Amino acid sequence: MGSTVKSLKGRQHELSDSLFQLNVLQAPTQHGEQFPAFARRLQEHDLYPLKPTGTTILQVNMGKMCNQTCKHCHVDAGPDRKEIMTRETMQLCLDALQQSPGITTVDLTGGAPEMNPDFRWFVEELFKLGRQVMVRCNLTIILANKKYHDLPEFFKKHGVHVVSSLPYFQASRTDAQRGDGVFEKSIKALQMLNGVGYGQEGSDLLLDLVYNPSGAFLPSAQASLEAEFKRRLRSGYSIEFHNLFCITNLPVSRFLDYLVQSGNYDSYMEKLVNAFNPVAAAGVMCRNTISVGWDGYLYDCDFNQMLELKVEQGSPQHIRDFDAAALDERNVVLNQHCYGCTAGAGSSCGGETVK
Amino acid sequence: MDKTYYNPADLSKFGNISELQPEMGRKFFDYYGEVFKEGALTEREKALIALAVSHAVQCPYCIDAYSTDCLEKGADENQMMEAVHVAAAIKGGAALVHGVQMMNKIKELSM
Repeated sequence: MGSTVKSLKGRQHELSDSLFQLNVLQAPTQHGEQFPAFARRLQEHDLYPLKPTGTTILQVNMGKMCNQTCKHCHVDAGPDRKEIMTRETMQLCLDALQQSPGITTVDLTGGAPEMNPDFRWFVEELFKLGRQVMVRCNLTIILANKKYHDLPEFFKKHGVHVVSSLPYFQASRTDAQRGDGVFEKSIKALQMLNGVGYGQEGSDLLLDLVYNPSGAFLPSAQASLEAEFKRRLRSGYSIEFHNLFCITNLPVSRFLDYLVQSGNYDSYMEKLVNAFNPVAAAGVMCRNTISVGWDGYLYDCDFNQMLELKVEQGSPQHIRDFDAAALDERNVVLNQHCYGCTAGAGSSCGGETVK
Repeated sequence: MDKTYYNPADLSKFGNISELQPEMGRKFFDYYGEVFKEGALTEREKALIALAVSHAVQCPYCIDAYSTDCLEKGADENQMMEAVHVAAAIKGGAALVHGVQMMNKIKELSM
C-alpha cells in the first residue's frame, strides 16, 4: 500500500528543505520568464496586505506520521515521519480555545491524526469544549490495524465531521496518487462510516469527500464533479456522502517534486497564475484560519506550515502565546504557492471558495 | 517563421486571433464560451464530444486542450478512449459508406 515508499525527508531529497522549495517557486521558468509576484497581484486588487477577517477555525496538524505515502502530499507525511504533537501541546491548544470563543471549528489533520496516541483524548476534550471537530481521515487508517476499526463509532459518539480524501471514483487514479490498494480499502472504510450513519441524506453525521486531481491539472467545477462522484459511488458501491470538496494541488513538497520530475512545473504554475481570480483571493482560507504545527508553532495555513513560513513576526508565534485578537491584526505571509488557492473557483480545505 | 507548423505554446495564444479582427473574434469566443456551458448536456459530456471531434479533425491543439479538459471535468480514461473510437468509427464509416457509391458506379459501368 505504498508504505515502502520513503518521504522526501527520509530520502534526504533536496526538496525536503523548505528554503530549496521557496527558491524553486521564485525562480524563472525554463524559458526565462518570471511569474508576477503573488503579493503584486493582490495589490492590483486592493487586497494587499492580506488581512484576516476573524479567526473561526483552528487547524491542528497532529503530526507527520501516516500509514500512506501519497505522491501529492504537501506534508511529506509517511510511516517514516516521527514528528507528532505531544499531549502538552494539545493542552495548550485547548487552553487557547478556551479563551477564544470565536473559534467554533477545530480541524484535525496530519499525516494521519488518528495515529497520534493522544488523538482520542484530544477529540474528547474538544468535544467537552463544545467545538465542532473536523477530522481529515485518510480512510485506510480505519482498516490499517484492529485498534482503529472502531473509529467510525468513536467519530459518531463525538459528532466528528469526517472529511476524507478520495481523488477518484475508480481504483486507477486513486491508487496512482495514494498507493496500491488504497481505493479498495477506502471504499470499505466509507461503507463502515455509512454503516454507523455517516453520509446519509438528512443525517447530521457529516461525511465529506475531498477531490485532488491526480496529476498536473486543475479541478473542475465542484458541483458537477460532486454529482458524478455521487452517481458513481452510489451505483458502484452503495456509498453515500454529503459534499465533495475540490482542492487544487499546491506546488509544495511532494507535489512540487512530482511537477518538477514530470516536466510539468512551468506549465502548471502558468495555469495557476493565468487562472488568478480576485474573488477567490478575497475568500482565501488563511483569512479565517490559524494553523498549528505539531510542535505548537503558528502559521497562516497548512501550506505555509510545510514551507516553514511562520505567522508574521510580531504576532504570537506559538500556541502557548495564542491571542486571537492580536493574530487578527497580522498580515498574512504570502509566496508564489498562494496562486494555488486563488485559481479559478478558488481552493481551500473546504473546497471551492467562490460560490 | 518557425521551422514547424505546430508549436504547443501557440495554444495559449488562441485569443490573439482577435487582434486582426476584434469584432469577429469576440463573437466567436462569446459563442464558444456559450457552447461549452452546462445545458441539456453536462460540461463533461461536451468535453468528451469535443475530444472526439478533435481527433476527427486531427487538431493537435484541440487534442491537447480537450484531453486536459476531460481530465479536469472528471471523465475517466475509458470514456475518453471510447470517445476517440466514436470519432474513428465515424471517420472510418464515412470512408466505407462511399463504397456504396463505388458499387453503384461499378453497376452503372458493368455489363
